[in-house]
Amino acid sequence: MASGNILEVENLRVDIPVASGMLHPVRGIDFSVSRGETLCIVGESGCGKSLTSLAVMGLLPKTARRTAARMDFLGHDIRTLREREMARLRGGSISMIFQEPMTSLNPSYTIGNQLAEVYLRHVEQSRAAARDRAVFLLEKVGISSAGSRLGQYPHQLSGGQRQRVMIAMALMCGPELIIADEPTTALDVTIQAQILHVLADLQHEFEMGMILITHDLGIVARVADKVQVMYAGKTVEEGPCEAVFDAPMHPYTQGLLRCIPIPGKTQRGERLGSVPGIVPNLVGELSGCMFRNRCEYASEACAEMRDEPTRMGDGHAYTCLRAPEEIAGERQGAGGTL
Amino acid sequence: MPAYTLKRTFVAFLILIVVSGLTFSLSHLSADPALTIGGEQASEEDIQAIRKLYGFDRPVHVQYFDWLGRALSGDFGESYHYKQRVFDMVSERIGRTMLLGTLAILFALVVSIPLGTLAAMWPNSIVDRVALFIAVLGQALPTFWFALMMIIVFGVWWRWLPISGHTQWANYVMPTIALGYYATPALMRLTRAGMIEVLASDYIRTARAKGLSPGSVLFKHALRNAIIPVVALAAVWFGFMLGGSIVIETIFNLKGIGWLSYDALLRSDLPVVQAIVLVFASFYVVLTLLADLLNAYLDPRISVR
Ligand SMILES: Nc1ncnc2c1ncn2[C@@H]1O[C@H](COP(=O)(O)OP(=O)(O)OP(=O)(O)O)[C@@H](O)[C@H]1O
Ligand code: SF4
Ligand SMILES: [Mg+2]
Repeated sequence: MASGNILEVENLRVDIPVASGMLHPVRGIDFSVSRGETLCIVGESGCGKSLTSLAVMGLLPKTARRTAARMDFLGHDIRTLREREMARLRGGSISMIFQEPMTSLNPSYTIGNQLAEVYLRHVEQSRAAARDRAVFLLEKVGISSAGSRLGQYPHQLSGGQRQRVMIAMALMCGPELIIADEPTTALDVTIQAQILHVLADLQHEFEMGMILITHDLGIVARVADKVQVMYAGKTVEEGPCEAVFDAPMHPYTQGLLRCIPIPGKTQRGERLGSVPGIVPNLVGELSGCMFRNRCEYASEACAEMRDEPTRMGDGHAYTCLRAPEEIAGERQGAGGTL
Repeated sequence: MPAYTLKRTFVAFLILIVVSGLTFSLSHLSADPALTIGGEQASEEDIQAIRKLYGFDRPVHVQYFDWLGRALSGDFGESYHYKQRVFDMVSERIGRTMLLGTLAILFALVVSIPLGTLAAMWPNSIVDRVALFIAVLGQALPTFWFALMMIIVFGVWWRWLPISGHTQWANYVMPTIALGYYATPALMRLTRAGMIEVLASDYIRTARAKGLSPGSVLFKHALRNAIIPVVALAAVWFGFMLGGSIVIETIFNLKGIGWLSYDALLRSDLPVVQAIVLVFASFYVVLTLLADLLNAYLDPRISVR
């Protein structure tokens, strides 16, 4: 792996005991992010995107078990950090923005209080400096008359404004890495693009690494440096943004890209996922390619497939039995719809 | 907000009028005050004379408005039995009842909030079980029985605490525990339920994602929100503590207005009963009003309406 990486994760697994047995929502995934780089994780609901980010943050549900061959963040081995040391990193050098802006702020405290709090905890004990920083960032994220907003409570702000506040909060301590878990899914379509632009601009301006989880492939195409496609707790395809978009190799990625919005035809911000079929149950022993019940190319061999990714150079890799030539041939045959 | 407060105060006032009207008519229908005043040896003529003198021969509603008019100016009449001004009798003792009620609700909060919080932090753990046990016990034991047990153990066997009176602080220990324990289960369960809900909320996840210390997450972010309904319930229970002290004050011979009301009931001393009922009703009304205002103060989402 490149040495410029601020986060390197190898073979991350999350297991959660449930009533029917052991659930394996994240089943051995690798990823890395370097300074200023944007990694987009895409995949349909329930494929383990949120749990992956929570695993990095050390915020998994109490019952969940996390294992990994490697989890390095800025020279810290996250796997062995004590909760207290991890808390020092969280909110300081690694921040997270959540999927639910309406409920992610504490209703009992003012915006100013909640913004300042994280600065006072990680940077310095100066209320004046915390206030200045809060005003500066609120303006950055596009909140008007920022100074007077500090005294407002969350219920006095709209969903879009709250998510802007959450972004400002994530930036309070100048983090190296920011994880945004579907930051716009819960918002109005018109607001979604604005918020994502704010986020992408600031990430660029402050040269942070970013993991952006999203359903909006249009956004991915615009902001991602690297793309990682997850299916049923695994990475099925990953690579540089252009490579994956230009030559998707995995049938699932191809399916996703087939339902990418077409200007004028598809509503902006519409959720993808019109790949037919249902996600398999991830409880108990699992083997073979999990996509086989939905895959048009599935064969007997797919049930025994081991997850050896096929690497195509330049970091583009996919996990499927089919040979690159075979797939390329089909793409030609399909008349270049992609 | 001022309009809201004004409306609530007006409703509170109406409730007091209705309550006092009801008790007045019920007590005057169920007991004949002239008999009480005249005593057992009074002749029929004496009774008639008393009726005339005190105005008991007038219709009940006339008597009520007469009483109400005086009550509004602070004159609650004279005790039939003690021949003292009711106002003085009540004001001499009301402090003890309020002290006992305050101590009891504080005791209940001091026990139930930490216990409920611990139970919520480790649901179904041994801590949770112990807390649940304490709560169930508090509900299952009748207050008077619990009070008597304490008297036997701490007052009679070990002689640690005085068993009756109201002159020293030690007199208040057992009554406070007996009365406060009664409110503990409800407050603890509400704290526990509130904390469990809040701890699973998105903003607690945010607080943890900000790397805040466990203390800050637990107290600043979680407890503050979980406690809002508890405070409202505590205010209502405070009303119960003040009114419910009748049994406890009688058992411990702690001469507050609870004890006085029991005494007055036994003697059919209607002016005293009437005044104390009004006091108890005011406690409830004022505390419920206070609970609402406190809620509005604690929860910024309410105060803007
Ligand atoms: N605390 C939990 N206990 C049991 N199962 C859980 C828990 N949290 C998540 N899961 C399961 O793990 C799987 C992955 O969840 P995750 O939240 O990571 O999905 P996601 O990819 O973020 O989906 P979405 O796009 O809907 O946010 C889901 O099937 C979910 O039901
Ligand atoms: S391994 Fe088989 S089932 Fe899985 S995606 Fe490839 S062809 Fe389809
Ligand atoms: Mg999610």
